[in-house]
Amino acid sequence: MSESALTAPAPRAPEHSGHDSTLQHHFATHEQQFDASKIGMWLFLGTEILLFGGLFVGYGLMQAAHSEAFVAAHHHLDKRLGFLNTVVLLVSSWTMVMAVHSASKDRRKATVRYLIATLACAAIFLCVKYFEYGHKFHEGLLPGMYYSHKGDAVPNQFIFFSFYFMMTGLHALHILGGMVAMSWVLRKAVRGEFSSTWYTPVDLVGLYWHLVDLIWIYLFPLLYLIS
Amino acid sequence: MADVLAVPLHATHKHDASDNYLTNPRGLKSWLTTVDHKRIGIMYLWAILAAFLIGGVFALLVRIELLTPKTTIMSAETYNKMFSLHGAVMVFLFIIPSIPAALGNFALPLMLGAKDVAFPRLNLLSYYIYVVGAILGITAMVGGGIDTGWTFYTPYSSTTGGAVSLMTFAAFVLGFSSIFTGINFIATIHKLRAPGMTWYQMPLFCWSMYATAVIQVLATPVLGITLLLLIMERTFHIGIFDPKLGGDPVLFQHFFWFYSHPAVYIMIVPGMAIISELIPTFSKKSIFGYKAIGFSSIAIALLGFLVWGHHMFVAGQSQLASTLFSFLTFFVAIPSGVKVFNWLATMYRGSISLETPMLYAISFLLLFSIGGLTGLFLGMMSVDIHLHDTYFVVAHFHYVMMGGTVIAFLGGLHYWWPKMFGRMYNENLGRIACALIFVGFNATFLPQFVLGSRGMPRRYYNYLEQFQPLHQFSTFGSWILGLGLFMVAGNLLASLRKPYDAPRNPWGGRTFEWETQSPPITHNFDFDPVLKHGPYDYRPEKLPPRPGVLSPARPAGGHS
Repeated sequence: MSESALTAPAPRAPEHSGHDSTLQHHFATHEQQFDASKIGMWLFLGTEILLFGGLFVGYGLMQAAHSEAFVAAHHHLDKRLGFLNTVVLLVSSWTMVMAVHSASKDRRKATVRYLIATLACAAIFLCVKYFEYGHKFHEGLLPGMYYSHKGDAVPNQFIFFSFYFMMTGLHALHILGGMVAMSWVLRKAVRGEFSSTWYTPVDLVGLYWHLVDLIWIYLFPLLYLIS
Repeated sequence: MADVLAVPLHATHKHDASDNYLTNPRGLKSWLTTVDHKRIGIMYLWAILAAFLIGGVFALLVRIELLTPKTTIMSAETYNKMFSLHGAVMVFLFIIPSIPAALGNFALPLMLGAKDVAFPRLNLLSYYIYVVGAILGITAMVGGGIDTGWTFYTPYSSTTGGAVSLMTFAAFVLGFSSIFTGINFIATIHKLRAPGMTWYQMPLFCWSMYATAVIQVLATPVLGITLLLLIMERTFHIGIFDPKLGGDPVLFQHFFWFYSHPAVYIMIVPGMAIISELIPTFSKKSIFGYKAIGFSSIAIALLGFLVWGHHMFVAGQSQLASTLFSFLTFFVAIPSGVKVFNWLATMYRGSISLETPMLYAISFLLLFSIGGLTGLFLGMMSVDIHLHDTYFVVAHFHYVMMGGTVIAFLGGLHYWWPKMFGRMYNENLGRIACALIFVGFNATFLPQFVLGSRGMPRRYYNYLEQFQPLHQFSTFGSWILGLGLFMVAGNLLASLRKPYDAPRNPWGGRTFEWETQSPPITHNFDFDPVLKHGPYDYRPEKLPPRPGVLSPARPAGGHS
């Protein structure tokens, strides 16, 4: 996925001998390189917010047009599972912060442990999502023309599920992308490539992960808690 | 004596022509895996020129079909596909990446005195994403085509057959390439300026590239999600755009133009970027109103986000919204006018030399002014109700997109060609081609203003007999235009057969890229660039001490 590519500055063979291997040749200092990477990541996060922003606007307009259908449809969602997933992601945000912090303090083992914990949280989230999706598939609560749930009192509930699957699906893809990026960072951490002078990838993946969490914080009330 | 300005500033460095980024290292693999911004720029250049050729052939076919009021060479359905593909190819594969990704990639880091862009590998990734998007787009063209126009309006696009989903997916993929270029440029401009270069000492090209990059980053994701929603509507009938399912087709227009109006500025602002370089260089005079030009780029970028509703005056939008959008649209004319007047003021009493790039710059001033001013007609609601979806609109945006951006692109291409490839093209041929393009362009599109104001709707396959003379005039014009463009291609490509003959600074430019050799070495500079003078500093005491440097009596076309 695109985001793993963005967390760019991995060490690569220096073109001038004598250079620090983690400093790319076109940067003068580590600080300059770090700042540039940060700017790049923040811009990328901005594009992510706008990408989801389109879905949020579409959701808002459709909910205004079909408010009864949306309220009726959201009762099919399991609030407890949604809440569980919210907690899991919040915990993962904390472990991610700790991973970045440990990396900046040269604590390699702690970094590795916290990264593994974050990955585990992401996996739990996807597991829960898998069971939620399976349940919906079973009941025919599917997007668009595939919606086949019987006995609805209110029509047009398929629109809610269109948005439910698009929004949570896109979010789940971002979780997967984050897991790929984290595994890549984990590999580097295990090899001891990070130090307090260069831990940019941990930092950038951390930023990305917080955004993914933040989007879920908005998705949860929007989809599970409407009334 | 023609090249008095061309004496290298760093004459002590012996220029070994074989040691340059084009040939060091050699081999296809070294090109395909390169992270050098110059090579990526060149690869983009060939790719977008190929797209320009394809899109241009579609355009010529469309014009041939319109020679007669009835069927000329193709069926109505083929015609719909032709103009749709012409639009989609030109917009998504050519104009949007043309100046930023090809010329900008090459020139921006050089102008900043940097060794590369901030994220070289992201830059290469952006190129490959472009290639994947282009392949998907071509697959869509071959396997079904699209007949929706490049705007993919619902509900037609969500119900018609053909390869609409694949084409929109291609545009979605291409969006990522555009976003990555934008992110790269913003970070590069923030962090990689040469020591001593403040924001106000950057060449204005960089200001406009910055403004463009901001739009690319902020607007493209919204197009991305819009196109995904359209694909979902087509595949799953999710009910967001289709009125039969309770959706809102105008919502698509809102989403689409929220990106695509700013995208119009993604297309024109880079054109302005190039003009801001050409005019001072060929007037040998400091730019007039540096800050005004710089900030007007930013102003255009920001205003561009507030005017999308002017595409929907007749689409059932509320009167209040239309009034506001109309009003905001007029505001865009202010920064555009600021630029045009500043360029003119720069030329005033300058030592103007009419080399090929400058001819393009002057063409730009004329054509862009016509394009911009006719935009005001369309921004006025009462007039727009008459002119909406007529050839007047077609003529207007071709004057801006082609008369503005493509002309500026050609000017920039001629300007940096010696730097890119180390060879001078034939100056006289270049000028003749520019004149042909200018004449051909006006012959093609001026009649369309008249056609539109008389009620000829756009996208129609057949038309009333009374429109035939003007349509024929337009078609003949398109042939002159095509001839001019082929001459440009022939002239530039022919220069590549020559040995390296371009000096470091053929035009007497004052920005960093002219201080390194032509073509540059892989690391751009054989010295550490430190800013010693402003980008357009033509005060005589600041110029390198050479007799006749400022002489306006430079013989014309003397690069042979």
